[in-house]
Amino acid sequence: MDFDTVTISRLITAMTLLFHIIFATLGVGVPLFISIAELVGIRKQDKHYELLAKRWSRGFVITVAIGVVTGTAIALQLSLVWPNFMQLAGNVIALPLFMEVFAFFFEAIFLGIYLYTWDRFKSKYTHWLLTLPVVIGAGMSAVFITTVNSFMNSPNGFTMVDGEFVAVNPLEAMLNPSSPTRIFHVLGGSYLTVAAILATIAAIALLRNKGAREYHKKALKMTVIAMFIFSVITALAGDVSAKYLAKHQTEKLAAAEWLFESEENADLLLFGWLNKDNEIVGAIRVPGFLSFLAHGDFMSEVTGLEETPEQERPPLIIHYLFDSMVSIGFFLLGISFIYIVLSRLKRWNVHSKIMLWLLAISGPLAMLAVELGWLFAELGRQPWIVRGYMTVDEAATSSPYILHMFFLFLALYIVLGTLFTITLRKLFKDNPAEVELEKHYPEWKEGIEK
Amino acid sequence: MSYEVIGITVLWLFLYGYLIVASIDFGAGFFAYYAKITKQDHIINQIISRYLSPVWEVTNVFLVFFFVGIVGFFPSSAYYYGSALLVPASFGIILLAIRGSFYAFENYGSKQSNVYMFLYGATGLFIPASLSVALTISEGGYISEQNGQVSLKYFELFTSPLAWSIVALAIVSVLFISASFITYYASRAKDISALQLVRKWALFWATPTIIMALTTMIALSQKNRVNYENMLDLWWVFGLSMGFFLIGISLLYIGRNYGIAFIAIMLQFFFAFFGYGMAKYPYVLYPYINIEDSVTNPSMAMALIVAFIGGLLLLIPSLILLMRLFLFDADYAKGKK
Repeated sequence: MDFDTVTISRLITAMTLLFHIIFATLGVGVPLFISIAELVGIRKQDKHYELLAKRWSRGFVITVAIGVVTGTAIALQLSLVWPNFMQLAGNVIALPLFMEVFAFFFEAIFLGIYLYTWDRFKSKYTHWLLTLPVVIGAGMSAVFITTVNSFMNSPNGFTMVDGEFVAVNPLEAMLNPSSPTRIFHVLGGSYLTVAAILATIAAIALLRNKGAREYHKKALKMTVIAMFIFSVITALAGDVSAKYLAKHQTEKLAAAEWLFESEENADLLLFGWLNKDNEIVGAIRVPGFLSFLAHGDFMSEVTGLEETPEQERPPLIIHYLFDSMVSIGFFLLGISFIYIVLSRLKRWNVHSKIMLWLLAISGPLAMLAVELGWLFAELGRQPWIVRGYMTVDEAATSSPYILHMFFLFLALYIVLGTLFTITLRKLFKDNPAEVELEKHYPEWKEGIEK
Repeated sequence: MSYEVIGITVLWLFLYGYLIVASIDFGAGFFAYYAKITKQDHIINQIISRYLSPVWEVTNVFLVFFFVGIVGFFPSSAYYYGSALLVPASFGIILLAIRGSFYAFENYGSKQSNVYMFLYGATGLFIPASLSVALTISEGGYISEQNGQVSLKYFELFTSPLAWSIVALAIVSVLFISASFITYYASRAKDISALQLVRKWALFWATPTIIMALTTMIALSQKNRVNYENMLDLWWVFGLSMGFFLIGISLLYIGRNYGIAFIAIMLQFFFAFFGYGMAKYPYVLYPYINIEDSVTNPSMAMALIVAFIGGLLLLIPSLILLMRLFLFDADYAKGKK
């Protein structure tokens, strides 16, 4: 096998990020739900919610640990694998990277305090207040990192003279044109995904039917409602992102939609595939809808791939990534909507087997959508690392050892992933909710509460 | 003061912060394993885990801070160090990952396994060893740049007396700093048996620390004459360092005021570390990166400094809260909370 260092550099970064964003997404979203559960528990004086917050935070610690180590890995790998990129971009985009560390620091301090002080304060609200810096710190980390990635897509805040960035304005670089829509989409998507994952946990527990049904039903209701709210927000954010692409990054949208020639009243293309001659087969066409989504007007013109020089076009496979992500998004929206409607109607059993199964697959699907969305964002920017200024070929390290490092990190992630699964299983299997309820809150056991 | 001086001072301060908090953590790992194999773990491991559990994530952040900051202030360090350190830094990441996951898998997951305790102890020594390679390289002569390709001269590095004495210095310092901190923490917790045990370790590791510091000076004089002579010119800084070392070690020996003893030892390392840093000035990587030529543009430098001050205003009160709750709360240290 003959690989060039650029391909390996891309693979090693892709691997680290694909692994890291699972934990990053959980890291951004879970604190919000811990905070909500604890608050509801205090206000309703309902021990079920308190236990929910406790159990979620216990699992969260383990995901944070992996998030920290993989986050350290990616932070270092940016310089190790892409030294030329960091040398150039460090001049312009170092500010949010620096602030991200602050945000994480802030979060880490309060998470440590939160976890070890459940019974140390007189007022229960004092302990709940500690969740706020964790939620904010986690959210701000996501905001800062997203601005860095946005900068790579829509670089701004400098002028280029002789291959160097001059007249730098760090704030303008951070708040580049694609930042707002992407921040919106990343935050919404993270909260949506975490809601779905937590709903999956509750749904599986109800399917296994080992007890503590009230507890799991409350968890399910809370998370599915959140799922609905955040899927609406994420879809809106996705729509705004598409409008941004249509205006500023036409080649990405055109490649995602296989729009080869610029067109007025362009069709939205769902699914399908490309045959040997690069013709589209088996796709569903929604007339005029791409124009509508891109510019809010069915007759508007959408720029096709033909207007981008051939060597600067992203790969066409991003259509599949884009479609799958959007389909999952609509599935999550639909399923949470049906749950909410059914739970209002007394005649229907909202906890039927089918419903629970559909909710049980929501979490994994949502995480898959996060991965697909990220792959879409990255592949859609190719061949650039900083769009219009530096390609990935120019940015990568030339070290011949990069291949060895690839396998070293692959081994690391396999070990971490396995240990993560084993630990989490042990943590909750040896101590299921029904046992813990019985032990710590016997009066809140099944059937006794009002 | 110019931007580059403010920048490097702040970064050096963070690296110093990492040196202290990480040493406590790394050394604790080694001591925990050592206590386990010598069947003394019932005396000491409780106190170690009570301190370390709430603060471990914080330690890692100091390091990330340092290298994100250095790339921000001096972007060409990403190019030179990034290219040259691919292999050693990757090993460092792997070791940090094994160690970071220790807390998650062992402390929260299940009961302690011997394999993991061993890894926890071993990484405590290997991480400082692998990170100290960056300091060795910064002295110059271990990197070649040909046709725009930066690479590390592995043979020179592995056969260099300087590299090995820096590694040894890093390891013994870790053990010394850690033992003197745990002595202090045990005295806060009024845990007499742990205190007696760790106090012996602290006294034991004091001598190798000074011997290795002097050995490293000699090795440095052969490798980078300018840096060495700058250090001799700053003799008073190292004199202060030595003075604080003597205060710390005497208090440990007499067996009182362990808090002041630990502060004295922190000051010992503070002066040694800043003396060394001032002697390196103006080079971050000899002779490629000199802070005056490679500092980032003024607007970014200004933005980073403002962000830094804003961040500190947020972090310092939070850190004080953390320390009050876990470090200086005697009841918590004793295990009553």
